[in-house]
Amino acid sequence: MSIKKRVPIAEQDPKVRATNFEEVCQGYTEDEAVEEASRCLNCKKPMCITKCPVAIDIPGFIQHVKKREFVEAVKVIDKYSTLPAVCGRVCPQETQCESKCILGIKGDAVAIGKLERFVGDYSREHNVDLSETKPKKGIKVAVIGSGPSGLTCAGELAKDGYDVTIFEALHEAGGVLIYGIPEFRLPKETVVKHEVENVVKLGVKIETNVIIGRTVTINQLMEEEDFKAIFIGSGAGLPMFMGIPGENLNGVFSANEFLTRNNLMKAFKEGYKTPIRVGKKVAVVGGGNVAMDAVRTSVRLGSEGHIVYRRSESELPARAEEVHHAKEEGVIMDLLVNPLEILGDAAGNVIGMKCIRMELGEPDASGRRRPVELKGTEFTMDVDTVIMSLGTSPNPLIPLTTEGLDINKKKCIIAEDGTGLTSIDNVYAGGDAVSGAATVILAMEAGKKAAKAINEMLSK
Amino acid sequence: MYKIVEKRALAPQIFLMDIEAPRVAKSAKAGQFVIIKMDEKGERIPLTISDFDVKRGTVTIVVQTIGCSTKEMENYEVGDSFLDFVGPLGQASELMSESIEELKNKKIMFIAGGLGTAPVYPQVKWLNEQGVKADVIIGAKAKEYVIMEEEMKSVAGTVYPCTDDGSYGYKGLVTNKLKELVQNEGKKYDLVIAIGPMIMMKFVCKLTEELGITTIVSMNPIMVDGTGMCGGCRLTVDGETKFACVDGPEFDGHKVDFAEAMRRQTMYKSQEVSKTEGIKPGCGLVGGTK
Repeated sequence: MSIKKRVPIAEQDPKVRATNFEEVCQGYTEDEAVEEASRCLNCKKPMCITKCPVAIDIPGFIQHVKKREFVEAVKVIDKYSTLPAVCGRVCPQETQCESKCILGIKGDAVAIGKLERFVGDYSREHNVDLSETKPKKGIKVAVIGSGPSGLTCAGELAKDGYDVTIFEALHEAGGVLIYGIPEFRLPKETVVKHEVENVVKLGVKIETNVIIGRTVTINQLMEEEDFKAIFIGSGAGLPMFMGIPGENLNGVFSANEFLTRNNLMKAFKEGYKTPIRVGKKVAVVGGGNVAMDAVRTSVRLGSEGHIVYRRSESELPARAEEVHHAKEEGVIMDLLVNPLEILGDAAGNVIGMKCIRMELGEPDASGRRRPVELKGTEFTMDVDTVIMSLGTSPNPLIPLTTEGLDINKKKCIIAEDGTGLTSIDNVYAGGDAVSGAATVILAMEAGKKAAKAINEMLSK
Repeated sequence: MYKIVEKRALAPQIFLMDIEAPRVAKSAKAGQFVIIKMDEKGERIPLTISDFDVKRGTVTIVVQTIGCSTKEMENYEVGDSFLDFVGPLGQASELMSESIEELKNKKIMFIAGGLGTAPVYPQVKWLNEQGVKADVIIGAKAKEYVIMEEEMKSVAGTVYPCTDDGSYGYKGLVTNKLKELVQNEGKKYDLVIAIGPMIMMKFVCKLTEELGITTIVSMNPIMVDGTGMCGGCRLTVDGETKFACVDGPEFDGHKVDFAEAMRRQTMYKSQEVSKTEGIKPGCGLVGGTK
């Protein structure tokens, strides 16, 4: 029996989408979703689930989609995840659930991610009520940060009947889903806001503009405001720079700044007052998903976008889909190239970037082949904007202002595997604040496990 | 929402506001700043805290209308509210980490340039509460631009107003006044804290370096989030890159690269003048509001 091909999904034409911020992938219609779902073999031992960090009953929800029982499908996923429309869009399914799909051995794996997205979108578009919780316990729990780990932890605890308040430092809830991932991959007004609202409907309160460690400390929350447990999901928001000459010239930005101006502050939209500066030729240094987001954003703002990455294409940490989309949109990949210095004019504006070509040597500690400079291959790239996308590290503010909260060398909060318990009783942590920059779904897993541990601890 | 409970003009284009933000008022310290976003489409505007009242739950800011965002802010009246108000951000004034005994043995001079008088006030007030009287030079273009002189007098040792045009107090620059006090009047200072326009702080530092007086400055670069996330506020201090929002805003003035800092303040300036290709025109420079 030959395996049917995966049902193709509608995408905006690359030439058109490179000029707008509308979503690239347009999702399955009901018929397409049903057809794709019917490819699932409903394995007795579903391997896909083993690779899902939150262990969603994948065949379970797909069987409901196959039978057009969409509301039932929504309810299956909701048992495991409060952010299906987000995860369906940004999870690296190709290395997780879909990588274990039996169909993938001889053909296309079932499009689990696209089906999850369909179910998440269906839930929103049809206002499926997911606000059911256990009876209220009247016990207060504080969650710090409203990104994926915080939202998940808060949602789970609210379902268990806790009185949960999320404290968010920025003016809008969603964390990296709001300030980091661009509109064309993850629409804010529809998708993110709705999934945040779902958490609010469970009874979770969100206090924006509260910086834990500055506005109020963890000790104050416990001693003065009667919170019985705390979950820290403050993410990894601090940008790294290369430390090369010229990095403080005008026209050099961290990817965080560039994306925050565009996504959180909506600089791309008419009427919004936050300025953004992007020149005629932009070099984004780095090869992760954030680098792809930054370069694709710069293309949409009207510039020629380059990715400058010191290894080759097969080492790019970004998802294959993002690299593919970037290329389709005209992004130029300058691979095996490493910046040495950013050059400026007399007024301090960027006028070029001195680089050197690289080759791959022996594998390093990460298992990837180490890039080595090729002597005498220095050249100057003609660019007027440089965006550094080299990764981020956790913000030290909470550890600095919380006595007894232990961190490791990488400034990550030390938390127990499986529960997220930190060095302080009743204080838990998870997501990028513990792991360093990782994925949305791993942060959700940590939030979920911590919620379970908090519930067990407070039920004693 | 954060309600404006008091507003008054202090000088042409300079106004004061008390804003209800109980959480911020409770934790604010001299030297720190807040960020205000007026409405949905607004910028995040950093402003140094000028005073705070824990009982009333209010924080005081003083604003100069220099860009279109601050001009828009001037249209807000008592009873209106800002959508977002967050803080306190940055480190408290370094004075607070010193022992009172040490401070009592120090002769401290504050140099306040224009709007910089506002953030100087809570520091002088705090010192006064600890029993330390600091002197203050207030510099302004002309008499009508000298702000908060009476409040300052009530908490300071001697207040020396200076105006560029000589319409009030000493005629000339704050640096000339300091030089005169030290060189002609035999005053001795162990510490200078200068807050005002970047150019003033730069020249104060140049002078105090010659005079051998340790000098602290408060930097006001362009920033977005104010929590260390964007790195837009980075500056070079003693050859190292620092983020003003989390490492500062106060730094050792003799180690700050002012040329770079002043250049970085012009990052979006071309956008205000002309709609340069590929650049979204900005509304107004924030920063410069200290």
